[in-house]
Amino acid sequence: MEANRSPLKIVIVGHVDHGKSTLVGRILHETKALPDGKVDYLKAVCERRGMPFEWAFVMDALQAERDQGITIDTAQIRFKTDLRPYVIIDAPGHKEFLKNMVSGAAAAEAAVLVVDAQEGVREQSRRHGYLLHLLGLTQVMVAINKMDLVGYDQDRYQQVAAEITDYLGSLGITPAFIVPVSGRQGDCIAAASAAMPWYQGPTLVEGLDRFTASQPPVGQPLRLPVQDVYKFDARRIVAGRIETGRLQVGDSLVFSPSGKSARVSGIESWPSRDVQSAEAGQSVGITLDEHIFVERGDVAHLASQPPHVVNRFRAHVFWLGRQPLLAGNQYKLKINTGSHQVRVETIERIVDVETLSNHQAAQVERNGVAEVILRSRTPIPLDAFADNQLTGRFVLVDGFDTAGGGVISRDGLAAARSAPRSTNITEVSHTASMQTRWQMNGHKGGVIWLTGLSGAGKSTIAMELERRLVRKGWQAFVLDGDNVRAGLCSDLGFAPDDRRENIRRVGEVAHLLTQAGLIAITAFISPYREDRENVRAMGPDVFHEVFVQAPLSTCEQRDPKGLYRKARAGEIPDFTGIHAPYEDPRAPELIIDTDTMSVDEAAEAIFGYVVECFQIKA
Amino acid sequence: MLGLCDAMNHLDALENESVYIFREAFNRLDKIAMLWSIGKDSNVMLWLARKAFFGHVPFPVLHVDTSYKIPEMIEFRDRMAKEWNLNLVVGQNRQALAAGMSPDQGRVNCCSALKTEGLKDLVAQGGYTGIFAGIRRDEEGTRAKERVFSPRNESAEWDFKDQPPEFWNQYKTDFAPGTHLRIHPLLAWTELDVWRYIQRENIPMVSLYYAKNGKRYRSLGCAPCTGSIDSQAANVAEIIAELESTNTSERAGRAQDKESEDAFERLRAQGYM
Repeated sequence: MEANRSPLKIVIVGHVDHGKSTLVGRILHETKALPDGKVDYLKAVCERRGMPFEWAFVMDALQAERDQGITIDTAQIRFKTDLRPYVIIDAPGHKEFLKNMVSGAAAAEAAVLVVDAQEGVREQSRRHGYLLHLLGLTQVMVAINKMDLVGYDQDRYQQVAAEITDYLGSLGITPAFIVPVSGRQGDCIAAASAAMPWYQGPTLVEGLDRFTASQPPVGQPLRLPVQDVYKFDARRIVAGRIETGRLQVGDSLVFSPSGKSARVSGIESWPSRDVQSAEAGQSVGITLDEHIFVERGDVAHLASQPPHVVNRFRAHVFWLGRQPLLAGNQYKLKINTGSHQVRVETIERIVDVETLSNHQAAQVERNGVAEVILRSRTPIPLDAFADNQLTGRFVLVDGFDTAGGGVISRDGLAAARSAPRSTNITEVSHTASMQTRWQMNGHKGGVIWLTGLSGAGKSTIAMELERRLVRKGWQAFVLDGDNVRAGLCSDLGFAPDDRRENIRRVGEVAHLLTQAGLIAITAFISPYREDRENVRAMGPDVFHEVFVQAPLSTCEQRDPKGLYRKARAGEIPDFTGIHAPYEDPRAPELIIDTDTMSVDEAAEAIFGYVVECFQIKA
Repeated sequence: MLGLCDAMNHLDALENESVYIFREAFNRLDKIAMLWSIGKDSNVMLWLARKAFFGHVPFPVLHVDTSYKIPEMIEFRDRMAKEWNLNLVVGQNRQALAAGMSPDQGRVNCCSALKTEGLKDLVAQGGYTGIFAGIRRDEEGTRAKERVFSPRNESAEWDFKDQPPEFWNQYKTDFAPGTHLRIHPLLAWTELDVWRYIQRENIPMVSLYYAKNGKRYRSLGCAPCTGSIDSQAANVAEIIAELESTNTSERAGRAQDKESEDAFERLRAQGYM
């Protein structure tokens, strides 16, 4: 064994009383890891207390644990095989100690899930399995323990094996081995068991040796979160740990979210050496060729491989807090070296780890798992967990305590609007609530988003709707395509990127009007589904998509602005319906078919819909 | 091309993690200081601080002097403090010493009064919110359960039954006024790692660790309570060879741990290192 080899970190998880600590005590004994006299000492303690010897006492070194007979916290204990050293993180199975289990499992490179052969798969077997999946641990072995209590029965082994394989399989985890063992009797821990000749697979320890050690992710895009900036002497040193990738002197780095950039002029070290490059896992200090403002929380990267910089994202969270996680609540989010105030915009779904089914709820209880949307007041540089585990995960702090962890979903991230370039932006909260404004106006605010081909009748219907609402005494305002292109969007053309930016701006303005308590009616072709969905995501509760539908032939025949004729003549490039696509809404809130309805009928239909949706019900 | 380290080996990985921890504490906490016991672990810790801060130790270094320390330790302390330009602060529980506190009053009592209380006084006087301590998980069962950033309440007590979660290098840096944090940069190191690192970096050590006349100290504390072991290991390489083949625990020579089954656990819960 190489002396300088890092130990493989393994975590032992599983339901309470399924024998994790006993198993660990036995592994330590079998691999001769216990100091001389430790077992004798513990035997003497047990004798003095008049109780039978427990292998678990080796791990449960704390007095309180011996008294209660349970493991309270994660302990780290070492042993070695002929191949390499190991650190075992023994995680307690009690439900209320989940935070300790996470503290252990989050640092592990491989996991052993212990399942009692008698009891089979239980609640925490599943919960722990789910968390391993959430934490991104893929090297998993199952130990079916207490085989001595089921007479070393092969059928029972196969039943339990099938049960746990099913569950893990539905999470996308395939256990590398399913080993039948007895911690108490020592079967199949380090040596094959004579009692189970039917089992031909590796022993527990052999199985561990077949796992691979994690390597620093040097091949991934560079991510260097800034930890601090030092000025102990003439040098101004930017300090941080390279989470992924590598850098070398001369590299041009961009710091997100500010977007400022400078070249690496030196990699500092003490005692001083000539260092030209550094890579993932190293805590470095670099000097830059330009005096740009850099601060803790910035992420340095190469211009060609930037992280996402967003204010809003979707994540899977596990909650450990004493108080439940509530939609609408503010928490401190810590990601790499950055801290941000975030609000839980929505709890999308709660995951029942027993059945893997989902349900809706306004809060996530302690030990619960949920998919949420978080909104930050400040822009956050981040990656999806699937792309970069180290920069795609975060913790949530409630008061003084770390109350939960989460991994960032790729879902919607690429399409998310990029956060402001300036870092000196902190959103200010309005003191008058939206509800107050609604009460004063006598109706709710929201967005009526009309989409459809040119000539379908969007502008006509929008203006007629506005007229009717205003006459009713309601606050409504139309944002029309041609009108905003004269001002707000005068710098934009009709190429796909310009169309996207046009829609983004209009979406933002409509959203602002909504916050001011108004009904914003928009009349834009808005041909791309993704663009409309992004606008919806700005305020899903108040967004109403109305598909103003008419066949292309009808629109071309109407041609109120003469645009189809020009497009056909080649005078207008990128014209929707002729050279550019229109993507129909998949699930609009309302469809208005102008092929069969008159303007009046159409306006009446949409007016009825708006009154129904936006009136304040007593 | 020369890299910062050519391939990340185990010692590099440990060093980089410790440096990260030092920098986190330095950035997140207002007033920090480091406990310096003059032993090998805290010497390594000092070395790592200088790595983290490019040759500087930008906080005070505290030594709790029980008056029972072995004289060579004090001599080494004063010499290194000068050489490394340390801001050394020495504390002593003079009241307890004047009242005659000594191991004769009970070893655990003596540790509580001279070390734990001496430390609490130093922390209170300095108003520190963070104290670096060089404990390691492999030393002993209760230390195995420690966090890297470990909160202590107003009475400096450790609530080991309800520790905060700690994962993904996100440490507890938010805490109520009056409480403070113990920060443990060496928690993941083993005794062998420490000696291999001393060898690699050529870090100065008190000569008491090296065998003379068949005896050496494996762990340093107060003269009355720290025993030497039988050993022929007269230099770092020989100590490493000795540790690679031993199976007795490092604190075997520490008498205060053995007064009762939970002696050390009780000391630690009250605020001992």
